Amino acid sequence: MILQNCNKLADHTLDVITTKNLTYTYPGASKPSIQDVSININKGDFVILTGPSGCGKTTLCRCFNGLIPHFYNGTLDGEITVANLSVVSHKIYELAQHVGLVFQNPENQLFALSVEKDVAFGLENFGMPRDEMRKRVDWALQMAGISELTERPPHELSGGQQQRVAIASVLAMQPKIMILDEPTSFLDPLGAEKIFDVLNNLNKELGITIILVEHRLDLAAKYANRVVVMDKGNVALAGTPREIFTSEKARLIGVGIPKVTKLYQHLKKNGLKLRNVPVTTQDIVNLLREILKDA
Amino acid sequence: MLEVKDLHYTYSTGLEALRGINLTINNGEFLAIMGQNGAGKTTLVKHFNGLLKPTTGTVLVDGINTRDVSVAKLARNVGFVFQNPDHQLFSETVEEEIAFALKNFGFEESVVTKQVDWALNLLDITEYRKTSPFMLSGGERKRVALASILAWDPNIVILDEPTIGQDYQQKEKLQQFIMQLNAQKKTVVVVTHDVEFVAECNPRVILMSKGKILVDGIAEEILTDPKTLIQASIVPPQITQIFLALTDLGLPSNVIDVHEATKIILNRLRGKL
Repeated sequence: MILQNCNKLADHTLDVITTKNLTYTYPGASKPSIQDVSININKGDFVILTGPSGCGKTTLCRCFNGLIPHFYNGTLDGEITVANLSVVSHKIYELAQHVGLVFQNPENQLFALSVEKDVAFGLENFGMPRDEMRKRVDWALQMAGISELTERPPHELSGGQQQRVAIASVLAMQPKIMILDEPTSFLDPLGAEKIFDVLNNLNKELGITIILVEHRLDLAAKYANRVVVMDKGNVALAGTPREIFTSEKARLIGVGIPKVTKLYQHLKKNGLKLRNVPVTTQDIVNLLREILKDA
Repeated sequence: MLEVKDLHYTYSTGLEALRGINLTINNGEFLAIMGQNGAGKTTLVKHFNGLLKPTTGTVLVDGINTRDVSVAKLARNVGFVFQNPDHQLFSETVEEEIAFALKNFGFEESVVTKQVDWALNLLDITEYRKTSPFMLSGGERKRVALASILAWDPNIVILDEPTIGQDYQQKEKLQQFIMQLNAQKKTVVVVTHDVEFVAECNPRVILMSKGKILVDGIAEEILTDPKTLIQASIVPPQITQIFLALTDLGLPSNVIDVHEATKIILNRLRGKL
């Protein structure tokens, strides 16, 4: 199902992000919000970007799609390329063909008079033929679970519904890189899981690079191959979910270790060491089953 | 005390958001309202401070019918922290934001200063007192919104999705803080999707779906009943999920706490480690 309408995504050679000593200061701010960030995101990665509130995650995401420096002004130093394009010398609309950003607050993103128009807006700007646009919009609405909201004005919807509209409007563009800033914060748990499943499918089946800003690692860990931890405007740690969840440094920074991994740690402290560090509930269920079945 | 009697609410668009809610929240109680998006949770709590008035039915706050008094009057007793802090914040600096309501309630300057300092410190935002709320991150803005309500010390505190956008450490602090409010005999009503948060606080929980209350009980019962949870689009906490998957090995299904989980597993293995 997810593969339909996606034949235009064959070229994945461009979907990569590289920054080198990236430093940015908002206009009027006394100190940089991100400082000397050097990071490589590979094509096909599913990255969770996490770290304490105010550590610069959202600022970094705004650099990835060119909102910084083109919209926010301020002072940007260092290098950043997205899909082989220098962010500084390419306009937002050029970058938007490769990278889609779902904002933390959906109200900052929605503006049209109907859900459908909001979701179609980006495609219209690309001059997509009407038939194809129709298909894309329907697909995106269905993926985000809001087909029944097509005609509703976005500003009348609940926070969770608005968040789905914001996700659908980026999904419709089928960018090679999707950046989502706490995209499910207003959603009920089942709704959040469905959105994560959609992202996971886009990532695994179509090779779309996903960058997910998320505090709730309990929910997101099973989908990601990398976790990047930011602290005080810097990248403090990067690794696989397993590496990060068992890292003392991550704990000290205040990364929320999933309950699954916590249970592992509590058991270990009490003398029961499972033979592997679990990251998902399925991991620990399998490990516990092995040792409990004979007990 | 909050008393809700046969409350129905229909928006001007014709959307029937609440369809017969009956609920009593006693003084000093800690209640979490959970349920799917669009279930009517926020609509319900907006009745608690009179922001919305019932289409039919009644809402009594400490015996006063919310139809008979202004929101401003109710606000002294009922503090409401919005889901989206941007709906609430408007001042030039964090400090002014927090002082605003206190001044409106007519507190003396010295009391205002004291309460502002107290709230800034409580929510760990003292360093931002002279900063514009709109320069802050989403999580920080949420804390400013909280501080501005708690500063005037209302008896009933309603928090709509307090943990959204909060990092782990802030969430832990917030959780301790909410428990502390409750320990001071304040009535705390939290609208939340955060099952892990609810599992750790173990409050009274109501699950809502389609404008009605599905079930009312304590967290430990409700979060471990997957059949009911699914009707409200809630997924059980991770610890419960693990235990539910292992019931065939004779493990109990009603576990929500990581310490209890550890104990149960170790007990099963006693003598074999």
